[in-house]
Amino acid sequence: MIYREAGQFKTSYAEDQRIFPIRQDRIGMALLLFFAFVLVPFSADIGALLPGALGAPFNAIGAVFSSQYTLQAIPIPTLIFSLAAIGLNILTGYAGQLSLGSAAFMAVGAFAAYNFMLRVPGMPILAAFVLAGLTAAAVGIIFGLPSLRIKGFYLTVATLAAQFFIVWALTKFDWFSNYSSSGVISAQKVVILGYVFDSPAANYLLTLAVVCVLALAAKNMVRSSIGRSWMAVRDMDVAAEVIGIRLMHTKLLAFAVSSFYCGVAGALYAYTYLGTVEPEGFSLDLSFRILFMIIIGGVGSILGSFLGAAFIVLLPIFLDNTLPALFGDSISATWTSNLQLIVFGGLIIFFLIVEPHGLARLWQILKEKLRLWPFPH
Amino acid sequence: MQFFFEVLIGGLLSGVMYSLVAIGFVLIYKASGVFNFAQGAMVFFAALTFVGFLEVVPGWFGMELGSSAVFWLSMALTLAAMVVLSILIERIVLRPLVNQPQITLFMATIGLAFLIEGLVQGVWGASVRGLDLGIQDEPIGWMMDKTGIGISKFDLFAAGVAALMVTVLAIFFNKTKIGRALRAVADDHQAALAIGIPLQQIWRIVWAVAGFVALVAGLMWGARNGVSFSLTFVALKALPVLILGGFTSIPGAIVGGLIIGSTEKLAEVYFGPLVGGGIEAWFPYVMALLFVLVRPEGLFGEKHIDRV
Repeated sequence: MIYREAGQFKTSYAEDQRIFPIRQDRIGMALLLFFAFVLVPFSADIGALLPGALGAPFNAIGAVFSSQYTLQAIPIPTLIFSLAAIGLNILTGYAGQLSLGSAAFMAVGAFAAYNFMLRVPGMPILAAFVLAGLTAAAVGIIFGLPSLRIKGFYLTVATLAAQFFIVWALTKFDWFSNYSSSGVISAQKVVILGYVFDSPAANYLLTLAVVCVLALAAKNMVRSSIGRSWMAVRDMDVAAEVIGIRLMHTKLLAFAVSSFYCGVAGALYAYTYLGTVEPEGFSLDLSFRILFMIIIGGVGSILGSFLGAAFIVLLPIFLDNTLPALFGDSISATWTSNLQLIVFGGLIIFFLIVEPHGLARLWQILKEKLRLWPFPH
Repeated sequence: MQFFFEVLIGGLLSGVMYSLVAIGFVLIYKASGVFNFAQGAMVFFAALTFVGFLEVVPGWFGMELGSSAVFWLSMALTLAAMVVLSILIERIVLRPLVNQPQITLFMATIGLAFLIEGLVQGVWGASVRGLDLGIQDEPIGWMMDKTGIGISKFDLFAAGVAALMVTVLAIFFNKTKIGRALRAVADDHQAALAIGIPLQQIWRIVWAVAGFVALVAGLMWGARNGVSFSLTFVALKALPVLILGGFTSIPGAIVGGLIIGSTEKLAEVYFGPLVGGGIEAWFPYVMALLFVLVRPEGLFGEKHIDRV
């Protein structure tokens, strides 16, 4: 009854083409953004200002996110991985080029940002992030070149080559890590307009802002002619070429944009999440995790990237907490980590069989149902 | 020059080991069109299960530890485990995913790889184990004396095993009824189904055969490097081999393995020092990549024609 667009008339093309055409969606999005930008970082402060009963709900939310650990360990990685998943989704979900090298492009982003900050005096951090993304995009274009000639599984080898080559190069040539031992870099302090981002709340807000801007850009890209030509190439590239889509341009653009997103995600990973990273941290394992995020969240969906990232970040934490409770202390540490593998693998197969379009599709079904509720048809 | 040959032959023989894994990929890809990423996990599964049985079988049947009866019984039990695994995979993973795009099946096998790895480590434990097949990994004496080229006995043995396995597979595919059915399925699913070949049974058989190949590969790699999680990475090394040889050709898998094995060793020895070594990690991929740029279907692969 609440979620229905009856009576909402569109009288211009602009209204017809907005991202959230239904008013309830816009309100929901505004509430979500308010929650993410204001309530999560500041509710403890708000609760302290308001008197008694009014402040109670704020205090409750504040209690959840007030511990430094929670803010640093869950929302920040979720957002960063969402960004990487959007990157992979653009390449795999929209343009149809399967990639197993997303972690390597994150590594390029992280190390590029580090080097720009290190070697260019007075470099603003946000500019360094953008440059890091552009560097990753350039590397992505190089490793995307084979996609013009080969496709499908053959292309995964190209991305695997990127994965192994980049990690090897970052470890081997210590210029990239400023001659530190074994390639470990420590991110510089994040300072924007004189404000030092050193608390989890500040890092969280910075990450959130970057992710929101880029997610909005991605959403608009996939709704526009670029996105449609990506999807045409995904569905059948020969046919796409016949109707006049420039294959080279489209595929390389997908690689560039995807790597840009992964690169920025990598820079955030180093600067707002971990602080210290090494090339080995961006292993094939991480690439797989990002791939799992888009499979579980939904291939070819921006929303799905967020849902999948949240799912993959939360699942291990959830398992760590529930498994000992379920099985008592008898369960050993090795079984816990192996159960994680089993649950991950099982979920992937389960989702591919039951809902190949992932959590995003479930959300869509829920919305359809809600529109008709309480009627069945 | 002597050194060059030593490296070359060592590389060729280690390439045979890659071929062993790649053959498993080719079998499944030919028969069911699935690019089975879980082949590496199956190699690991087979090796760990075998080593695990070697440890527990003497206790179960009151046999002497390390006797040949234990060895063969463990082998039989492992083979049985591989067959059960194949049937389960066909029933649980493949059957519900029939007619899905190849990429979906590929991603499902990635999930399958995780599942198998978790399962087998949970059952047998994650510690690194040794596996002794009774063949030393040391240079052959008389050849060392005569030509000065050191070739490991074990490598030669592995090459022999690979040759034997390929012969057995070739006979199986060409002379038996099941083998002919397998080839018919590989050629055209629908036509095979139309003339009454039970597709799902064929898939079970082909996965079981791939399981057997995985067992052989697992024994070889396990005896060489020890049975540990790193066995699963062998599958990744088999990817460039497949690309080079073509996805659908067993001779391709062997030739590809030989090329990858020899060039990666030669590159490591002659080109590696220039850039600080360790290029084995990525060299095969880059080489396979450059190769497919020239010949997108690999050496022996079927030419792919796009139609709108």
